Amino acid sequence: MGSFKLGGMTFGSLFKKPETVLYPFETKPAPAGLKGHVENEVSQCILCGICQKSCPADAIVVEKKERTWSIDPFRCVQCGTCVRLCPKKCLTMEPSYTPIATTKTCRVLQVPDPKAGVTES
Amino acid sequence: MSKATIIPFGPQHPVLPEPLHLDLVVQDETVVDCIPQIGFVHRGLEKLVETRDYNQFIYIAERICGICAMGHSLGYAETVESLMGVEVPKRAEYLRVIWHELSRVHSHLLWLGLAADAFGFESMFMHCWRLRERVLDLFEKTTGGRVILSVVKVGGVVRDIDATQMAEIVSVLDGLKDEYTQIMNTLLTDTSVKNRTVGVGYLSAEDATALSMVGPFARASNLAYDVRSFGRGAYGDLSEFAPITDTAGDCFARVKVRCLEVLQSIEIIKELAAKMPAGDIAVDVKGAPADGAQASNVLEQPRGECYYYARGNGSKNLERMRMRTPTSQNLAGMTVALKGCDLADVNMIILTIDPCISCTER
Repeated sequence: MGSFKLGGMTFGSLFKKPETVLYPFETKPAPAGLKGHVENEVSQCILCGICQKSCPADAIVVEKKERTWSIDPFRCVQCGTCVRLCPKKCLTMEPSYTPIATTKTCRVLQVPDPKAGVTES
Repeated sequence: MSKATIIPFGPQHPVLPEPLHLDLVVQDETVVDCIPQIGFVHRGLEKLVETRDYNQFIYIAERICGICAMGHSLGYAETVESLMGVEVPKRAEYLRVIWHELSRVHSHLLWLGLAADAFGFESMFMHCWRLRERVLDLFEKTTGGRVILSVVKVGGVVRDIDATQMAEIVSVLDGLKDEYTQIMNTLLTDTSVKNRTVGVGYLSAEDATALSMVGPFARASNLAYDVRSFGRGAYGDLSEFAPITDTAGDCFARVKVRCLEVLQSIEIIKELAAKMPAGDIAVDVKGAPADGAQASNVLEQPRGECYYYARGNGSKNLERMRMRTPTSQNLAGMTVALKGCDLADVNMIILTIDPCISCTER
């Protein structure tokens, strides 16, 4: 009987720390390089549009006239291409996942002129 | 003998993680013929190569299948590199093989868990998936993703593994190997497992050759065919590599071959980690594949040889991308292995070829 042969390992598990965590009361810490979501430091952004052209999922839209940079988190596949190709290094891949949403909306960031402040809608 | 009856099997069935339909022609309790039918998860991914440039398609290629994600992105990247005459740095080749072999370990552990569950051996299912979780954690730490890694690009890889992470990979694999060996020995010596698998679903070496079977399914029928033994890329730097084979050709042989391949993959990773060369991890690739340029490539996926073909048209988008996946080959052998078996053994035979339908249909 295989179950008895595995008994040692199974019995030992009773005295070990559990392999799982009590989610949602406890969460595992995210590793440093985890691909969670793309963040844009808009004060550095020059709206060059390289991120939009390289995005395989068409998740990023750059509007130069309106000075907006937007990302659709429901299209983004966290491949990190935009982050790698950004010439100003203002795009970063943050380890946290985007929060749960009830509607599928894009995240639109207003890219300021040097004197204007940053706003998010 | 009674009249032949057709029993539909799948596409929804407890042993099938993915939709596969079989029409089993049964006389009494014996399967006399089997007609497979696929087409439930076809997504037309090959056609998408026309709408995305060759750098972007890599993220579609790795979404062909969750388990073989690393393999598909690697196979696709190697094909495009060969199409454009790109030489990948040695360190990138090593890193690619390390991640690819890790994905083989997680794929085989996943399969072993599912097989154990089908045997009714639920504690083993839990242990296998517990060990697989450690490999997924290694992926998460080294690539930032657990299943879809997005770590390969045309010309190399996008992330490096530093010495600390490499030491962690080796130490996690050492711990995993000890526990896995206990699980494997239990499975391979268990009487109830042998009762279900020995002599069941036999496929001869002649049939395996004639039907062009690939992967552990072929190797269990004593066909020593493994693309890794061609010695391309980092595989060429291994001190020795011999495909794991078995002569029995039955379900037990297939279980055994896959079980031993996990240990083989762990040894490959450890050897390459020790030999890891310094240097760049990618080269810049510019331009587009020439009009009419063609390239083909084979890669040993966890389920067997996968063939890739690409043709350029002078633009950034490829003209054609074609993949022939291991399960689409192995379905032919499965129908032969099913002939003459008991109806109750159909589950085991299907499971031991480890079908991956999302790869097959793309």
